[in-house]
Amino acid sequence: MSLTLDQVTCAYGGAVVLHDVSLALEPGQVLCLLGRNGAGKTTTLRAIMGLVRPRAGSIALDGQELTRLRAHEIPRLGVAYVPQGRGLFPFLTVEENLRMGLLVKGTGAEALEWIFALFPVLKERLGQRAGTLSGGEQQMVATARALCTNPTYLLMDEPTEGLMPALVAKLLETVQALKARGVGVMLVEQKVDAALKVADTVALMETGHVRYHGTRDEIASRPAELLKYLGVKRQAS
Amino acid sequence: MSGAAGATPRAGRVFGLHLAVIALLLGLQFLLPPFHHGMVARIMILATYAIGYNLLLGYTGLMSLGHAMFFSAGMYATGLAVYYRGVGTVEGLVLGLAAAILLAVIIGLITLRTTGVAFLIVTMMFAQVFFLTTLYFNAITGGDQGLVLSGRVPPLRFGNWEVALTHPAVKYNLALAVLTVCLLLTLWVTRSPAGRVLIAIRENADRTRMLGYNVFNYKLLALVLSGAVSGLAGSVWTLLFSYVGSSYAGILYSIYPLLWTLLGGAGTVLGPLVGTGLMTYIVDLTSGLTDSYLLVVGAALILCIMWLPTGVMGGVRRRWWSWLP
Amino acid sequence: MAAISAPLLETVGLQRAFGGLQAVRSVNFRLDRGEIRAIIGPNGAGKTTLLNLICGRLRPTAGRVVYKGQNITARPAHDRVALGIVYTFQIVSVYRNLTVEENVGLAVRRLLMQGPLHHFAINPQAVAGRVHDALHRVGLAAAKDQLAGYLPYGHQRLLEVAMALASAPQLLALDEPTQGLAPDEIAGLVALIRDISKTATILLIEHNMQAVLDLSRRITVMDNGSIIAEGTPAEIEANADVQRVYLGG
Repeated sequence: MSLTLDQVTCAYGGAVVLHDVSLALEPGQVLCLLGRNGAGKTTTLRAIMGLVRPRAGSIALDGQELTRLRAHEIPRLGVAYVPQGRGLFPFLTVEENLRMGLLVKGTGAEALEWIFALFPVLKERLGQRAGTLSGGEQQMVATARALCTNPTYLLMDEPTEGLMPALVAKLLETVQALKARGVGVMLVEQKVDAALKVADTVALMETGHVRYHGTRDEIASRPAELLKYLGVKRQAS
Repeated sequence: MSGAAGATPRAGRVFGLHLAVIALLLGLQFLLPPFHHGMVARIMILATYAIGYNLLLGYTGLMSLGHAMFFSAGMYATGLAVYYRGVGTVEGLVLGLAAAILLAVIIGLITLRTTGVAFLIVTMMFAQVFFLTTLYFNAITGGDQGLVLSGRVPPLRFGNWEVALTHPAVKYNLALAVLTVCLLLTLWVTRSPAGRVLIAIRENADRTRMLGYNVFNYKLLALVLSGAVSGLAGSVWTLLFSYVGSSYAGILYSIYPLLWTLLGGAGTVLGPLVGTGLMTYIVDLTSGLTDSYLLVVGAALILCIMWLPTGVMGGVRRRWWSWLP
Repeated sequence: MAAISAPLLETVGLQRAFGGLQAVRSVNFRLDRGEIRAIIGPNGAGKTTLLNLICGRLRPTAGRVVYKGQNITARPAHDRVALGIVYTFQIVSVYRNLTVEENVGLAVRRLLMQGPLHHFAINPQAVAGRVHDALHRVGLAAAKDQLAGYLPYGHQRLLEVAMALASAPQLLALDEPTQGLAPDEIAGLVALIRDISKTATILLIEHNMQAVLDLSRRITVMDNGSIIAEGTPAEIEANADVQRVYLGG
């Protein structure tokens, strides 16, 4: 049931934003996409979700070609997306937002129970309009909504942005809990330390290319790469 | 832009182009057959109306559906003063301008608290009130039928000189003069500090407020300028065509400048002129073929929004002449 | 810092409710001239609301804001900018379709547009000079002719700071300035803020604890609409409530 990208090239109009990107993800694994703004990380996630059609290359889920499908068909196959900026329905309540997730692929009460165990504060906010929540609470709702579809793969775009340290830690715990449940997570992040805490594999992107792809331990022992593509100074570990 | 080294050659091109357009219109009057001569004169006044509209939509980012009230405020103030009081031409114009400015201030103070769709609806409502008022007082205004001013419009007086406004050449050149003044006004807006603030408000009103600008006051300034130019157009219209009537206060006359501006290119100086000319001739050609020319108007609006969202001159600016203001 | 000196900014019993939700509950906040003060706290604690009340983007439901000894509670946001209170947005908000130079130019011109005549024309040299200074200070001088919307996000953030600098701030309120920036961009911004603090008092909301600890002399912690702790970085880190509620330790 692996999710693979093979030589994917994407462009917006005349500008090519992804060049021959190849990645692979298995259930129960965490792949982190690292890179500066504009490196193509968000575009990679959007391409998987069918929001951007690749000019070349293939994206396959368990052998099935995703690039031929319409965007709304992809979540039904078990790939869920938490976009940057969360994408909540601001005038709907928390409960209604979550139900939208259930409508896609209803899994009923047990999914909600587990989700509320992960994010207990949401139970108190069920009747509140999503647009009036704080940034961190919105992030929780967006993640919970994606989890309502009981996905095999979860794509998350900068989920820790704007979250306080306690919530960042909480979110990373969530990723690890998902991993333990067998969900494969593709995580886009700018916070390198946070990313390296949870990642199994790491892909460093720059101007649309994957410049480096390896395990977490491999990248941690290569501070030069991190410095070159992210400007991050780290000791080799 | 703000004193950049490239400002002088760019300014040369800009002024050159606009002076060329004016010179073209000036010369055209000697070449046009009588029917088109009158058409172009009409187009130039209506283009002035559209220029007024563009100041609010294209440069401040506020879409109104009530500009007919400014146009007809100018029209009625001038027309009624001439009809009942026999005022001179210049006095008539001043009255028209004053009426439009006063109306714009009042309307602005009430409606500019709103923006977007709310502003659209509120301006439409006030224009409807104005329209119905002109019908209500039809004893004075002549209502729908209107009043014909023929014979009552005094000639233009310059000292000892007298020029009858009924003469086609006078109509044409007066319309051209008014158009020129308003084109230059728009050019000024795009280059002056105040005009830049209006553009900033269009681009990001919240940001502009947090830079320290009193956004409400600037919007009011834009509305007053816009209303004044529209009112001036109405004033001149009545002087040249010797007629006032309620139809000019109706919703259609609020939709027209929106259409002309969008078609020609909102936020460009020449857009309103291009749009007015194009649309007037399209309507003229199609009314020769069918009675349902309004269908053409509606279709033009839809096609324009779908295919030419930046209008003709907006497209020109994007494709070829990025320096076009 | 003088022991007894009038604060630059004070809020007295400041409150703001949104319907039934008390976002800011009777906050008494005091900021001294020349400080770099960080406000930290959980999401939903009321930090941005407090900043918005100080900058005038929101009106309080009770209480007052006192700046340089004057009650400015009734003053609208644009007036407060003229007084020197300058705000940068949490999510970058520049003029995307205007050039970098024009973005900063708008900030500069507000200072120079003092009378009605200046609405007609302003000395372009004066404007260009100040624009250049602000851009140079943040390191964007080379990008001045680019459209702001095409800049990478980190540079858009720097542009916002340049616009804030060009507005002659005395109190610079930064709302999560490091959000969305890469690690080296964050380091650059921290250095820039430290530099700005020589001429302006800085008030900043941040979640990046490293930046907070590097920069601030004092930290104010908010939770649930109230200030729950205030002190030096060392004191705050050691505070058990803060650890539990915010740092996750």
